[in-house]
Amino acid sequence: MALDTAPATDVEIVDERRPRDFSRLPWTSFVIITVLVVVAVFAPLIATHSPTEQSLPDKLKPPAWQEGGSTEHVLGTDMLGRDLFSRLVYGARVSLTVAMFALLSGGLIGLAIGIVAGYVGGRTDSVLMRVVDATLTFPTILIALLLAVSLGAGLRTIVLAITVIIWARFARVVRGEVLGVKTRDFVALARVHGCSDLRIMAIHIVPNVMNTFMVLLTLHIGFVIIVEASLSFLGAGIPPPTPSWGQMVADGRSHIASAWWLAALPGAAIMLVVLAFNLFGDWLRDWLDPRLRQV
Amino acid sequence: MLLEVRDLHAHLQTRWGLVKAVDGVSFSVEAGETLGVVGESGSGKTMTALALLRLLPAPAGRIVKGQVLLEGEDLVTKSEREMRKVRGRRISMILQDPQTSLNPVFNVGNQLVEALRAHRAEGRAALRQRAEEALRGVKVAAPADRLRAFPHQMSGGMKQRVVGAIAIAPEPKLLIADEPTTALDVTIQLQYLMLLKDVQARMGLGMLFITHDFGIVARMCDRVAVMYAGRIVESGPVRELFKSPQHPYTQALMASVPRMEGRVERLPSIDGQPPALHRLPGGCRFAPRCRYAEERCRAEYPPTFTVGSLHEAACWRAAPSQPS
Repeated sequence: MALDTAPATDVEIVDERRPRDFSRLPWTSFVIITVLVVVAVFAPLIATHSPTEQSLPDKLKPPAWQEGGSTEHVLGTDMLGRDLFSRLVYGARVSLTVAMFALLSGGLIGLAIGIVAGYVGGRTDSVLMRVVDATLTFPTILIALLLAVSLGAGLRTIVLAITVIIWARFARVVRGEVLGVKTRDFVALARVHGCSDLRIMAIHIVPNVMNTFMVLLTLHIGFVIIVEASLSFLGAGIPPPTPSWGQMVADGRSHIASAWWLAALPGAAIMLVVLAFNLFGDWLRDWLDPRLRQV
Repeated sequence: MLLEVRDLHAHLQTRWGLVKAVDGVSFSVEAGETLGVVGESGSGKTMTALALLRLLPAPAGRIVKGQVLLEGEDLVTKSEREMRKVRGRRISMILQDPQTSLNPVFNVGNQLVEALRAHRAEGRAALRQRAEEALRGVKVAAPADRLRAFPHQMSGGMKQRVVGAIAIAPEPKLLIADEPTTALDVTIQLQYLMLLKDVQARMGLGMLFITHDFGIVARMCDRVAVMYAGRIVESGPVRELFKSPQHPYTQALMASVPRMEGRVERLPSIDGQPPALHRLPGGCRFAPRCRYAEERCRAEYPPTFTVGSLHEAACWRAAPSQPS
């Protein structure tokens, strides 16, 4: 038989680079996110004033472009005479820190539980998923408020509160993904090759749900920032005088008629950043999905 | 004797009741020999293979009776930990679908190394070297380059070769091939089968070849076992079984294979459905579909009769005629 000796030839291995079509990148979100990160990291260099230093004679100054405003306080001052621009800059730090820690802890817990539930299945899966269901039925803000009140306000409490809420969302989606991955033959073959369950989960399952996990992460940054802002708005977030966007909106509310910028500017910052992260998440989802990438 | 299976019973607890997926199966495989296991979907072929590896779906499936002797050692009584050393290293397996048999996120080299690492304490470079050897062993062109390729960059036939390379890289004694060519193009099928034969001859591999294709059995196997509803109904050397099939089920299966010679208006098929495994008929399980079925067939399951050298059939019609 001539066929059996012929070495199998195949198509050339093409180094498949991502198409370099810059126009398809979500530039708006890139720019906003980059600015946010730079501002948060270099806050002391960018801020023009101390965010907590009060100066009552300078209170309620309007932004520079308005009548009565000065370039000394570009975005004006609040009722205690604190520089609004500097407070916004430091507020970015709070938002990002909270988002980072809360997503890391909540995301990783959710990932682990989702993988175990999906892979092990059976009773373990049922129990874990009922816990997820139960967690998801709690109103987000209520549970966070409860924790904040009982544990005392602070960065750690906020991170904990958001973690408690958010892990369930990760666990549910990851579990669904694992159910699909584990039925594929490479998992069965790994078992045939003497792989232990733990190793199969670590080597074969985790990398295959990583795309989904990354998309979940980015799509939830916006959510976390909003929760943090809401908590701070309600007074259960970062305690003053540390500036936080949500708390700034709350403080500015009572002056909305006379000094609109106090509530409007931090509100706009929250909106822009959340929008940017959501757009980025959407784009990432499409980009990581090979079926959509060609289109 | 490389592998000897004695009276193996494997049951699955499903929501419809107890399914006797493997119900008293015995067979053996010698080193260097290929045993074909033929049967319809759901006849227990794959479950038999999984039972050998003690990989029945947990917690529903378990072996309730019987022995699986690999080089004389009973696998049924081994601990899970000991079984992990048997899997891959002594018994390996190739599955049907090359599209999902490889992990899409790792390149070929990493997957081969991963399979080897479980069994060999060697450095990364040495394992890499072995991986390249393994690819060369399944006649993949430019194996060194191919190690860096990802599954989606390869054709189905090429992927199945890689799956084969992974299976035989740890140098197992027994290879279970579960319909390895079903998902391949017909032209590639033959190449792949020849490759398996070649590897088998080189390594003295015992092979358990699961298929539903009698054409492949004729080409690949030394002996055949025909399964129906969890039991082996007929077994024997390929030539003899093809020349004079004894069990009506085997005959019907062979009649339904299209042939090149002569014109065929319509292929004969077997009426009815295989029995539901949780509600098996009493007596011979093929009786409801068998055109020769008699009273006795419905009442009592036939014992296995010897009908030739190494040729056995579980059918009353194969019973030696008794002087009455």
